[in-house]
Amino acid sequence: MAEPVVIAENLTKVYKMGEVEVHALRGLSLQIFKGEVVSIMGPSGSGKSTLMNILGCLDHPTSGRYILDGEEVSHLRDDQLAEIRNRKVGFIFQSFNLLGRQTALANVELPLRYAGITSGRKERARQSLIAVGLENRLYHKPTELSGGQQQRVAIARALVNNPAIIMADEPTGNLDSKVGQEIMDLLLSLNRERGTTLIIVTHDPKIAAQTQRVIRIRDGVVDETPVADRASMEAA
Amino acid sequence: MSLFQAFIEALESLNSNKLRSGLTILGIVIGVAAVIAMLAIGRGAQDSITGAISGIGTNLLFVFSGNEQANLRNIRPLTIQDAEAIGDPFLAPHVAAVAPFIQSGNVIVAAGGEQTRTSLGGVTPTYFQVRNFRVAEGEEINQEHLLGRASVALLGVEVAEKLFGRREGLVGETIRIEGQPFRVIGVMEEKGGSSFGSQDDVVLIPMTTARTRIIRRSTINRVDLILVQAVSARDVPQAAEEVAAILRERHRTEVGADDFTILSQQDFLQTVDTILGVFTTFLGGIAAISLLVGGIGIMNIMLVSVSERTREIGLRKALGARKRDILIQFLTESSLLSLIGGLIGILLGWLIAYIVGQVAAATGNAFTPAVGLDAILLATITSTVIGLFFGIYPANRAANLEPVEALRYE
Repeated sequence: MAEPVVIAENLTKVYKMGEVEVHALRGLSLQIFKGEVVSIMGPSGSGKSTLMNILGCLDHPTSGRYILDGEEVSHLRDDQLAEIRNRKVGFIFQSFNLLGRQTALANVELPLRYAGITSGRKERARQSLIAVGLENRLYHKPTELSGGQQQRVAIARALVNNPAIIMADEPTGNLDSKVGQEIMDLLLSLNRERGTTLIIVTHDPKIAAQTQRVIRIRDGVVDETPVADRASMEAA
Repeated sequence: MSLFQAFIEALESLNSNKLRSGLTILGIVIGVAAVIAMLAIGRGAQDSITGAISGIGTNLLFVFSGNEQANLRNIRPLTIQDAEAIGDPFLAPHVAAVAPFIQSGNVIVAAGGEQTRTSLGGVTPTYFQVRNFRVAEGEEINQEHLLGRASVALLGVEVAEKLFGRREGLVGETIRIEGQPFRVIGVMEEKGGSSFGSQDDVVLIPMTTARTRIIRRSTINRVDLILVQAVSARDVPQAAEEVAAILRERHRTEVGADDFTILSQQDFLQTVDTILGVFTTFLGGIAAISLLVGGIGIMNIMLVSVSERTREIGLRKALGARKRDILIQFLTESSLLSLIGGLIGILLGWLIAYIVGQVAAATGNAFTPAVGLDAILLATITSTVIGLFFGIYPANRAANLEPVEALRYE
């Protein structure tokens, strides 16, 4: 088997809501391997979002270890986390989150700018947009693009720094099913062609069914459903 | 991210909200323009007033009785004899001329059916030399008039116009000063206004006549002021020393404080400079308040902008922006706002100062507002610093947003 790119051990996360402590994660452990396509599912309140934030290096776990692409990141300072996000994580959001004032190209360039790369930025951003099939929309602004095209720009932006993992949070949630399927096909083909590790957080069983493995979260831990059930669901 | 990119992005962002950026900039424009215009006008006034004082004569010393800086009893008044002693070329070799002077600020002068109130000066012939006064027609008051206590008068043009409605052909006319008849022997050249009131609204008569007939003083020999002309502008300090030595001896105040005051023109200039400096600072200070208000406007808009763009900030952080990157982004925006405002403000302030200068020239009080390089530098630096200062809080707020919270923000 390929080497693990994500190793989470015994992650806990406690939020303080006023006087009440909320245990969002209660000792969650998981591994995700290089080149894998994994979906994370779970009812709301299961700790799914918290897990995504920690795996995406947006948040610190309260305790436990998180090793991303060979680097221990659980205790890094904010600015070091920012650098890790920049180099190792690509984000795709439900609502695209593009900068409205800027062209598709400038949007894709943004992570390269924060990486401090000065030369060849435009060309890399262009290549990335070509890879998602938007070579004719380089200088369009988000308002001039359809929802599917906007999500493609977001995918190009996530790809541009060659990250170790791509975190997609409900990537098809704001799209109709036809366009959603196109986006899903694109993500899967990028995985096949480039070997990109893909982590998709979703509610949609149809989306989850297209991934190689489903990780179910319940009450802050991975729900160890019998393999048989899982196989039957994947078949569905 | 480089500063240049931050600059370009800030421009784009300001450009995307033109009305809001424009109004914010306007706050700074008004503040900076007010500061520039006030400083320029203050400076112009200073220049013109010091110019007017210089016009009085450069070698002049004014000797008064009394001393503001000491608490004295038994102040001896200045007398004619004091003036004569100062005029002694052996005692005071650096003194060129001495002119004792008495005056009354308010006498009634009448001619024909007209009458007016004016100031009356009792003078000696040296007065005209010392003050640099000339007659436009007729003759100056001479030694003969003085010795004979002649009832003759020289008119300033303003008095002439009030009494006779003209300023020429008045020699030989009769006027009444406090009811007593005087013959007009001449009219003085127009001197123009000064900061001390009109120098043309005056009647001059021989000192002896004034002392005996118009201006009553406790002692007959008392004078109000002794004007001393030094040989040259360079000799003014020595002349002042000599005058002081003579008066100390005559007033027996070798020990203790002087009971007289000697002011040179430099002293006047310094005093006026100080007063106008305070005045200018005061005006500038008031104007600076509006600059402060403009700065608060920037802070307000930046705070709005930060909360409006919370999601964007979250996204940028998710893509790898560090705190510093976000901080620079917002600080660049706020300083750019105030820098643009500052530059426009300098131009506007300059324009206002220029217009004030034109208006002043049109109304006959010519003075030139001076926009100094220091004022421009001050305004530019101040406005940028204000942008930075009032930008720090909002930018910090943006930089310290938690990416998770910011991304979830609707």
